[in-house]
Amino acid sequence: MTQFLALIRRDVALAFRADGGALQAASFFALIIILFALAIGPDLKLMSAIAAPVLWTGGLLATQISLEQIYRPDKEDGSLDMLVETNGALAGVAVAKALAHWLSTGLLLIAATPLLAFLLNIELTALGPLMLALLVGTPGLSLIGSFASALTASLPRAGLLIAIIVSPLYAPFLIFGAGAAAAGAAGDAQFLPNLMLLGAASLFAAAVSPLASAAALRFNLD
Amino acid sequence: MPAPQLSASTLTDMANTLSKSIYAYANPAVFEPVAERIFRLAFIAALVFAGFGLYFGLLNSPADYQQGDTVRIMYVHVPAAWMALFCYSAMAASSAAGFIWKHPLADVAAKETAPIGAAFTFLALFTGSIWGKPMWGAWWAWDARLTSVLILFFLYLGYMALWRAVADKTRAARLAAILAIVGFVNVPIIKFSVDWWNSLHQPASVLRADGPTIHPAMLTPLFLMIGAYMCAYIAMLMASMRNELAARRIARLEAEDHAKPANLVET
Repeated sequence: MTQFLALIRRDVALAFRADGGALQAASFFALIIILFALAIGPDLKLMSAIAAPVLWTGGLLATQISLEQIYRPDKEDGSLDMLVETNGALAGVAVAKALAHWLSTGLLLIAATPLLAFLLNIELTALGPLMLALLVGTPGLSLIGSFASALTASLPRAGLLIAIIVSPLYAPFLIFGAGAAAAGAAGDAQFLPNLMLLGAASLFAAAVSPLASAAALRFNLD
Repeated sequence: MPAPQLSASTLTDMANTLSKSIYAYANPAVFEPVAERIFRLAFIAALVFAGFGLYFGLLNSPADYQQGDTVRIMYVHVPAAWMALFCYSAMAASSAAGFIWKHPLADVAAKETAPIGAAFTFLALFTGSIWGKPMWGAWWAWDARLTSVLILFFLYLGYMALWRAVADKTRAARLAAILAIVGFVNVPIIKFSVDWWNSLHQPASVLRADGPTIHPAMLTPLFLMIGAYMCAYIAMLMASMRNELAARRIARLEAEDHAKPANLVET
């Protein structure tokens, strides 16, 4: 357990270093939103209508660019070999890594969301459901994403490959997440079912991803 | 009545015979002639099935009372969509077999199924789009089925991209197998989410063109075409597995050739 917590603490600290992924992901998130706004034009009505889907898409893309950082640096400097050697339960390592990614990148993206949401002229009542959906859905993104990162840990440049692998698997999160945000904003009864299905997708990812990541890591050692 | 007793030793014997018979084909010299024979049989069967299927489907079956002759797209579209899913399942199954028993042919079968499955998926999307134009008035309608098949297409692409990216073939096989299995367990979830998304955004009734039940006269050509597609898959799989094995052998021979010291090559 202390090892588990130490691994999380180390990864979170690394993620906020200059070359760690978290801050870059958050800046990229902001830039995606700005680019979207520039493409839409200064139509405030249209912006508030599509704010939630744009924020979900942006958060998803920003998550994707940070995924490579989960395992590749550890593979390069040899600490991954250490982790595998000293841990009987590699799936536990995978859980810690995914959790650390969510605590750094995931939470930072959620923290940046209100500010960016107001740039997109979101209704105050729509912000709550959106934040709640992100809180429920982003752990799933980190879990699935860390699996793709484990899968490509031994590849020198895997960023684009990770995006291609992960995007189809992210479809349910986007559908239920943006669906919950939209239903919540409209005061629709579909809000809760969407949110619960989003939670189910995250839980399913929690069941599958650590085991699959552990298997992938074993085959990525030299 | 007592249940038939299976002692541990009989079970081990059975497992041994089974694994022996499976592993015999891991030897390319054994697999090669069998694959050749299966390829010929499946190829001919595919031609026969397709010949009859297309004859009944295009010429000798009733036009739909609503869709007219457009319904004949069904005979190339539905089997393609069916094969798109079948190939993904076959890919995941042989990936699991390769992962569990480390059988080299299972890995090759999974790898070679992917492009064939992707091609069927593309065919399903393409013919679906052509069918959509007269039926829905648009090439693409974000219909739940089309959308989930589109996502399936990208699952295939991701799997193929991973195979290409990892240089070491043994490692690529293991990693791609994990991805295929994870993708396979996610397919129902993706399918469900897209159905949910679709029913949330647009009424499904508008796009439901598949009336009550299919007339038997339409079922015959449909089944014939499914047979044709299935046989074509088997034939293509055998051909590309043989290609892959030959390519690996060439690569191995070339590597051995390069490994020789220069003076030995010259003499």
